[in-house]
Amino acid sequence: MFHEIVYRFLVGGAIVSGFSVLGGLFKQRSFAGLFAAAPSVALATLSLTLARQGAHFASLESRSMIAGAAAFVVYACAVTLILARYRTKTLATTSALLVVWVATSLGLWLVFLR
Amino acid sequence: MSIHVTFDPRGFRRTQWREIGVRFLFGGIVTVTTGLIAKEWGPGLGGLFMAFPAIFPAAATLVAKHEDEEMERAGLQGARRASAAAALDARGAAMGAVGLMVFGAVAWKLLPTQCTTSVLIGALLAWFLVAVTLWWMRKAVRTSTWRRKHYQRKI
Repeated sequence: MFHEIVYRFLVGGAIVSGFSVLGGLFKQRSFAGLFAAAPSVALATLSLTLARQGAHFASLESRSMIAGAAAFVVYACAVTLILARYRTKTLATTSALLVVWVATSLGLWLVFLR
Repeated sequence: MSIHVTFDPRGFRRTQWREIGVRFLFGGIVTVTTGLIAKEWGPGLGGLFMAFPAIFPAAATLVAKHEDEEMERAGLQGARRASAAAALDARGAAMGAVGLMVFGAVAWKLLPTQCTTSVLIGALLAWFLVAVTLWWMRKAVRTSTWRRKHYQRKI
């Protein structure tokens, strides 16, 4: 169990930071932003899930991920709108609006996937 | 009309190791948490967190901080520009997240029947293509709209 947690941490951390460094290599801010929504956690999780729990379990996780990603779209649009219109503090805005992601993803899960 | 994406290797030099470390930490924590949630409450709930904007607040804050520092070096007040830069980053993330939905759909449909490595590579390519196409389409529409307005003003 402990080994699996350490392995997940290292693989997840490496893939996430790799994608973010890649995003930083592009000059256009909105293009670099694409990499902020790269499937980094998904790749790390799925590769480990496939080895441990099999393809069916990984497939079910991927189905739920669609709802999580839809919530990410809503969250990112809300962040864009509030930062562009009200020029609020970035860390406070992006952190506070995570509530939007949680509410949307759980709502979609309860309505469509439960 | 041509829309260029500028690849700037100097961006790597601007990134500090501490910033990479922060992203590594957040990425690792979310991956571990996703695995634990899936184990405890099943793949349905765990899968949601594969699209959790884990590093987004940290990444957007760093974008704003870099913009603020650049403005300060130029002797200008950078707070407004910093928020605008973070907003642009979030706009890109929204398009990337649409690609993320396609990634999930490809993996959901194909993982049980096809070679898993090929499915993950295919899903990654699908994410990239969808995200870049959306970005390009938005840029193309905005550029043509701007040109039309500019042209009309000149007349």
